[in-house]
Amino acid sequence: MNRLQKFGPLLGLIVVFTLFALLRPKHFPRADNLEIMMLQTTVVGIGALGMTAVIVSGGIDLSVGSVIALATVVVATLLNRGWSPLSAAGGGVVAGMICGTISGLLITRLRLAPFIVTLGLWGALRGAAKGLANEQMIVAPGTWLNQLLTALPDDRRWMLVPPGVWLLAVLAVLMAAVLRYTRFGRHVFAIGSNEQTARLCGVPVERQKLFVYMLGAGLAGLAGVLQFSYLTVGDPTTATGMELDIIAAVVIGGASLAGGEGTILGSIVGALIMTVVSNGCTKMEFPNWVQEIVTGGIIITAVALDRFRHRRET
Amino acid sequence: MHLEMRGIQKCFGATIALGGVDLEVKAGEVLGLVGENGAGKSTLMKILSGALTPDASTMQLAGQPYRPRHPHDARQAGVAMIYQELSLAPHLSVSDNIWLGCEPPRRERRPRAVAALAQLGHADISPDARAGDLSIAQQQMVEIARAIAIGCRVLVLDEPTSSLARADVEKLFALIRRLRDQDHAIIYISHFLEEVKEITDRVTVLRDGLSVGGGNTRDFTPPDIIRLMVGRQVADLYPRSARTPGETVLEIAGLQLRRGEVVGIAGLIGAGRTELLRSIKTDWHRTGFVSEDRKTEGLALNLSITDNTTLPSLPVWISPRRETDRARSWVEKLAVKCRSPHQRIGDLSGGNQQKVAIARLFAADVDVWLLDEPTRGIDVGSKAEIYRLIDELALAGKAVLMVSSYLPELLGVCDRIAVMCRGQLGPARPVRERNEHEIMQEATGG
Repeated sequence: MNRLQKFGPLLGLIVVFTLFALLRPKHFPRADNLEIMMLQTTVVGIGALGMTAVIVSGGIDLSVGSVIALATVVVATLLNRGWSPLSAAGGGVVAGMICGTISGLLITRLRLAPFIVTLGLWGALRGAAKGLANEQMIVAPGTWLNQLLTALPDDRRWMLVPPGVWLLAVLAVLMAAVLRYTRFGRHVFAIGSNEQTARLCGVPVERQKLFVYMLGAGLAGLAGVLQFSYLTVGDPTTATGMELDIIAAVVIGGASLAGGEGTILGSIVGALIMTVVSNGCTKMEFPNWVQEIVTGGIIITAVALDRFRHRRET
Repeated sequence: MHLEMRGIQKCFGATIALGGVDLEVKAGEVLGLVGENGAGKSTLMKILSGALTPDASTMQLAGQPYRPRHPHDARQAGVAMIYQELSLAPHLSVSDNIWLGCEPPRRERRPRAVAALAQLGHADISPDARAGDLSIAQQQMVEIARAIAIGCRVLVLDEPTSSLARADVEKLFALIRRLRDQDHAIIYISHFLEEVKEITDRVTVLRDGLSVGGGNTRDFTPPDIIRLMVGRQVADLYPRSARTPGETVLEIAGLQLRRGEVVGIAGLIGAGRTELLRSIKTDWHRTGFVSEDRKTEGLALNLSITDNTTLPSLPVWISPRRETDRARSWVEKLAVKCRSPHQRIGDLSGGNQQKVAIARLFAADVDVWLLDEPTRGIDVGSKAEIYRLIDELALAGKAVLMVSSYLPELLGVCDRIAVMCRGQLGPARPVRERNEHEIMQEATGG
């Protein structure tokens, strides 16, 4: 792996951050704004951890936005039924893993294209979330779950960043380790780089793919738990289009949609770049449409730079 | 249309693929072009069809200088290739396929397609049928109709019968005769010498990039042609230590493979050798496999040398340093030329890539080595190193089963050789009872 691939996204993050810090020195680089940006990154960041594995394996999961919404509804419903906050959160993650099992089985058993299967689930799971919530927001009793993604009160400054951000950091280290230090992780890269070779080398391709989708959607379920924490209600219409933010974060981070390439650090940096840009644009008092154009431009620029690097290599 | 090719030369790097080949075919004649795999037939045909540019050549077509720079030029000039792998768009209709790339006015397409098919005597193929729904033989007819319809007068058929049943071969031959009588010039490439004998008027033999002989087909017997094809010195490229076979470790299609021996499977492309090798279960504990196709199957080209080497034998928990060391030790033992084990494998030369594909079996420490064309497309130096490795394997008590289309290498490295012909595996006989001539005869069903 060459240096540019490793540090290109990080360099991009430093550039956009410095740019906004210079343009808005009084508003942008302040401690409370940094905290807000980290909070804004967490949900997409956790989703991006799983999406990195899916994309490295040569697949895609378009259903994660719907999984996140479904998980917020599941968590709220379970809390209302008197479940403890921890088991309700667990329920949200399990709901995600079930969704991942469905897409994984459809992709491996019926040999359907991941794009199509997860596009179908994108609609179906959104519908399931709405049905489960009776097309309403579900208000849940307040618990410690609601404090995972709120700015820290003064008596807990010692935590440095809110617990949800810590969760993202710990999971990122774990996922990076799984991809690097386990057989499963190397298999994911091998499948994404050349599925035929992986098969030839005795990799249980179908089983590992199923695990990848379970992992991806399970992490999306956890992202849903944090989204619930942020909203404090179960909302079946939340996170609409978030799957695209998540995919964009992974791609900006240097992963190839053709598979076989991608890093956890890159994806987290990609998610941070997206947050910095949208937050910076708000601080610049740009209207929303400008922000959307800038974000789109950044995605295309990142991928174009990646292509350029590949062409030079070969 | 008269085609004349003189002094065709082509080098790839330091490899001389063609060293001055002459070839001539007249209108109303079928020319057989024969030679072993790697003799230069396909390079020559790629030059004829404009897919490759020769380093030196004089080519004339119907008395005019002919210098195609692109397959499209060749078609325009009237030269068409019918390849072994058919190239129809399966979802389009027969008529649309015939006119793909040179669409005449819409009204004329169907009637002219009908006319072209009728000219071939195959009015039974509907111009509205979906190409993918036709049999292989019918698809081949459509390919030929496509060439005729746009007015090609020189047709090159590359191994046209390799995937046809006998009855379809008869139909194809009837068609070739019909085209010949319509004054087309036809170049017929085949490994099946009886077919060459049956259908061609003249024959040209290539060996090691040179035209080594030829003349009227009726003056040659298949053994004569084989002698011209293989008349080569076998250099002492092949180390062979005294080996003593041990217990039988594998039995397939009546062939017993023992420890400490190398058994070769000879035969023509399409005879079913790869399928036979693949029917053996590769578990990577006992059995390992080297694929004939490095690029699409053998290697993950984006990944590093380490990843490619250790993939079948990874522990559940990985220490990247240990895996790198493991890969490095085999990379050094096999003398793979690279900057480091982290290098992307796609950046290595073919020979070095192949050594990594072989290092994978070393790293997995398997007992049964299944090698499918282990030296395809690599330079002589790397070949020699791979032969040396195979000899060391046999000495170390491993069992090696190898498929190759290159007879000198089979005769050089194997203890026993079996020949496969049209899906049937013959008996494995000791190599001292074998020679190229006799193997070719068995392989071509002679």
